[in-house]
Amino acid sequence: MKIDVKHVAKLANLPLTPEEEEKYSEQLSAILGYFEKLNEVDTKEVEPTFNVTGQSNVMREDETASCLTQEKALSNAPKKKDGMFETKGVFEE
Amino acid sequence: MDITNLTLIETIEAIKAKKFSEEELNNAYLKKIAIINPKINAFLEIQKKSRGIPAAIKDVISTKGIVTTAGSKILSNFLPQYNATVIEKLLEQGVSVVGKTNCDEFAMGSSGENSAFGPVKNPWNLARITGGTSAGSAAAVASDMCVFALGSDTGGSIRQPSSLCGVVGLKPSYGRVSRNGLIPAVSSFDTIGPIAKCVADAGLILDWISGADGKDSNCSEIASPLRGLAMTSLRGAAATKQSVKGLKIGMPKEYFSEGLDLNVKKVIEDAIKKLESLGAEIVEVSLPHSEYALAAYYIINPSEISSNMGRFDGIRFGSGREDLGPEVKRRIMLGTFALSSGYYDDYYAKAAKIRTLIKQDFEKAFEKCDVIVGPVSPTTAWNLGEKIDDPLKMYLSDIYTISANLAGIPGLSVPCGFSEGLPVGLQIIGKYMDEETVLNVGEVYEQSTEWRKEKPNLSF
Repeated sequence: MKIDVKHVAKLANLPLTPEEEEKYSEQLSAILGYFEKLNEVDTKEVEPTFNVTGQSNVMREDETASCLTQEKALSNAPKKKDGMFETKGVFEE
Repeated sequence: MDITNLTLIETIEAIKAKKFSEEELNNAYLKKIAIINPKINAFLEIQKKSRGIPAAIKDVISTKGIVTTAGSKILSNFLPQYNATVIEKLLEQGVSVVGKTNCDEFAMGSSGENSAFGPVKNPWNLARITGGTSAGSAAAVASDMCVFALGSDTGGSIRQPSSLCGVVGLKPSYGRVSRNGLIPAVSSFDTIGPIAKCVADAGLILDWISGADGKDSNCSEIASPLRGLAMTSLRGAAATKQSVKGLKIGMPKEYFSEGLDLNVKKVIEDAIKKLESLGAEIVEVSLPHSEYALAAYYIINPSEISSNMGRFDGIRFGSGREDLGPEVKRRIMLGTFALSSGYYDDYYAKAAKIRTLIKQDFEKAFEKCDVIVGPVSPTTAWNLGEKIDDPLKMYLSDIYTISANLAGIPGLSVPCGFSEGLPVGLQIIGKYMDEETVLNVGEVYEQSTEWRKEKPNLSF
């Protein structure tokens, strides 16, 4: 199994150097090769497990509670402007 | 008397009896940290004004006002604005954070070498790895730089470094301890638990940090049948019992086959014989899907990681994604691929089904026994750098620990001997939410052996 490393890196929003692309291509192929082992197991009749507690839709009362102030919420942001997170533009001008 | 040799329970008693003050206690530990830490690199941050019982906290657990890096360059200046629930619970008990401990970046690794701030070194042999990912926490307890530590366990990250450093480490049942404030790696596997100098300490710490807080939907009354019934004295009944007589201890044949170092195997078999001589009945059990656990784990793990790591976009906190280390990038790539269109069914969905089979293996095995025992790690601590360029080889070192995370059940590592001067840990795996029996077996074993008294020679 060969991974299209460039495509996956784009999906993952992960900037990779050409050296990294080459290295991961090789290493990930070896790891995927190991995963082939799972094909030995017939799982047609098996339900998947995503969570061992079996919990779903855990609700709480809809009550207001204290939360971080705007200042605290912004305190670790590398860039901020007018009391907000500053990000790159999403749409072209 | 060297204060730093005392267990948590002994320390609490000594303070009550006014044998020393909390200030003397902290000074003794801080002095020790100043001498030993530069050689071992267990701490990333040291709180010189520590008061109370000094505990070391893995740096993936948020501490208000104390830099929390998760071992990553991208969080090198991250200052949490709130405490993780486990920290709040410890503070209520008079515990203080003496320092934040080094770990594999975002809790990804098996050796303690994947930290952006350099590897942690094993107190028993400085040329060896500590195991990971709670590397600094295990090394700090092993070298008496703290009374106890907290770690997190996603696929063995508490048990394996505890085993390789010769200390006690408990991975609780999934849902026993709130993950609020834990920087997430694999949300369906992550647990927070104690690394301690003895089993009774681990039980007490578990008691302190357990319980629902309304901030972790998987940590609830429903998920914890013990809660309310015995949580206030989780160890109460078990501690007075102090016996394994009549208890059925399962030995899975799959955990003693190919791949297990022969010296380690001998140490583990001797420990099981000891349990038998103490009155336990040893029964052979089978976990037939064990050979598929690693592949299933290493599909689900990067899949959830690739999703969780999406939050690190350099907007709300941290620097850009190019600053992530090689193992983190590798897992994001692997997980993104496993979840991508056309591959989801072959990888992620397949692995989730294998997970069901592994969980069922345990349920069947526990019909025949009360706990399951075996090795924690197939080898003792290996040389620094030995597996760093071979990710698959590194992953294979998690072979005996990952199944408990897939099934969500508790696992304890207890020191049970040495192989060529390096510690070996016995793993005791229990039924879901049955930490009590696991701790009981661990404590009875510990009390009938002298392994806990062995300490690394730190006079370098």
